[in-house]
Amino acid sequence: MRNRTFIKHYYIMLLPGFVWLLLISIIPMFGIAIAFQDFNPGQGIWKSPWIGLENFEYMFSLNDTKTIFFNTVNIAVMKIGGNLIVPLIFAIMLNELRLMVIKRWVQTIVYLPHFLSWVILSGILLDVFSYTGPVNGLLHMLGIEPVLFFARADLFPFIVVGSDVWKEFGFNTIIYLAALTGISPSLYEAASIDGATRLRRIWHVTLPGLRTTIVLLAVLSLGNVLNAGFDQIFNMYNPLLYSTGDIIDTWVYREGLLNMQYGLATAVGLLKSVVSFVLIIISYLLASKFANYRIF
Amino acid sequence: MIRETTLRSRVFDATLLVVLLLIAFLCILPLWYTLAVSLSEKSAAAAGKVWLWPVGFNFNSYQQIIGDRSFFNSFWISIQRVVLGATITFIVTTMMAYPLSRSPREFRMRNVFMWILVFTLLFNGGLIPWYMTVKAIGLYDTIWALVLGGGVPVFNVILIVNYFRNLPKELDEAALVDGAGPWRMLITIYVPLAVPVLATVTLFTIVYHWNEFFHGLVLTSGQDHYPLQTLIQQFVVVIDSSNMTEDQYKRLNELSNQTLNAAKIFIAMLPVLVVYPFLQRFFIHGITLGSVKE
Repeated sequence: MRNRTFIKHYYIMLLPGFVWLLLISIIPMFGIAIAFQDFNPGQGIWKSPWIGLENFEYMFSLNDTKTIFFNTVNIAVMKIGGNLIVPLIFAIMLNELRLMVIKRWVQTIVYLPHFLSWVILSGILLDVFSYTGPVNGLLHMLGIEPVLFFARADLFPFIVVGSDVWKEFGFNTIIYLAALTGISPSLYEAASIDGATRLRRIWHVTLPGLRTTIVLLAVLSLGNVLNAGFDQIFNMYNPLLYSTGDIIDTWVYREGLLNMQYGLATAVGLLKSVVSFVLIIISYLLASKFANYRIF
Repeated sequence: MIRETTLRSRVFDATLLVVLLLIAFLCILPLWYTLAVSLSEKSAAAAGKVWLWPVGFNFNSYQQIIGDRSFFNSFWISIQRVVLGATITFIVTTMMAYPLSRSPREFRMRNVFMWILVFTLLFNGGLIPWYMTVKAIGLYDTIWALVLGGGVPVFNVILIVNYFRNLPKELDEAALVDGAGPWRMLITIYVPLAVPVLATVTLFTIVYHWNEFFHGLVLTSGQDHYPLQTLIQQFVVVIDSSNMTEDQYKRLNELSNQTLNAAKIFIAMLPVLVVYPFLQRFFIHGITLGSVKE
């Protein structure tokens, strides 16, 4: 009896959230029909003619498509690698630091860039790497010709990856630091009695202790292989950098919303969503199998 | 930790300290540089003479901003967005999390709702259908497009659900015996006990709404309706100089004002710099509890 009245209230509690979810997340899922239409905004989704897979055929015939898929995977994979390894090394160094006050200060500072937007950070980085900026000033002092960083397509992916790792490495150490507190101090004591130096202790105790966490994070990052970071690239790139910097998301924005190629852009977006979905499912299955990971 | 006083270990400690301080330094250097530029003489900044200290110290750019109507308009829109967004998200996600944290025995539909939630986390319709839906339901060019357009932060809901589920079951029993209903249980027992995780997700929501620029760009009709980040984005983006006439290029140079831009950027990051240290101890705790499960 009590249970039934409770359940009524449970539904009331869920209502606002699910209405919001329906409007912003679920209804757009039906909008992928546009990918199979010769969509005309004047006629809308109900009256636009169906054209089957024509948008997809056209998509695969475009050179742009190969470029944006390659760029996306290229940048995303480099980011995944950097964002796994740099925080790991940093967390281990931080863990070895004995001055707790300094440790806390360092942590506070390195987490900070994570909380700033790419609009802000791009504005700053464009300035820092500009022709008259401090980086070129430094290069000048070393006797190197100034570089127009944001006109060099060959350098752009590295700038993107480097700045992303710079922004996120501090924040990404949090998980490693949490895992480090789980390693038993007696293991370190035993190792030091056996005569292990600090470096050897890191190698034989700390790293094995972090193995599950590393594997888990690596597996879960698989789902991000098609996410190279829209906000960052959108705010840093320019037409000179399209050949190496244009990714699926930025292309969909330009072709879809600016050039109004709705059907084609939705088809490309759909392909991305489907591939990402499959990758995420695989990564969760692997994570639950090898690391006993569940999201809820 | 083992205390060691060998020379080798001391050298190790010293090197570590220097390296870590250097890394921390590298993280604030660009922000510091921006502040220095914003306080410098316009010509010195343009000539690249500013490094870590303002050249020709002055507050001109900040004074200029005080007279800038569109800057304050956007600032106000961002404040509204953060307050409305954080409040609504807090209420809706907490209300969602409570029934979803019940065991399937207590609430049979729980798993169905949970899977719908997770599905929207994994799959989405993409940019164009999202844009057209938001337009079709009439949110375009209203503050609600900015507040609600990003959708339900499903991951936050899951964090709260996990936290609720880890609270001791005995609390429920005791409250039931005392005759508490679900609302009372949520508000007087679960919310106060979940402060670390709720503070964490609220910090994330605040930062999200403050930093988000794209919805302002595509879901509003123009500058008068831009939140601050979108306004800043408009003058920060690199303008293509490859197919520009000389005349346009000159005009662009006259328009671009490094010290003023730096001042605007600095003001836009100030709220985050101010709020963040206070919530830091909460979010580390919150993330660790929500993500690492035994």
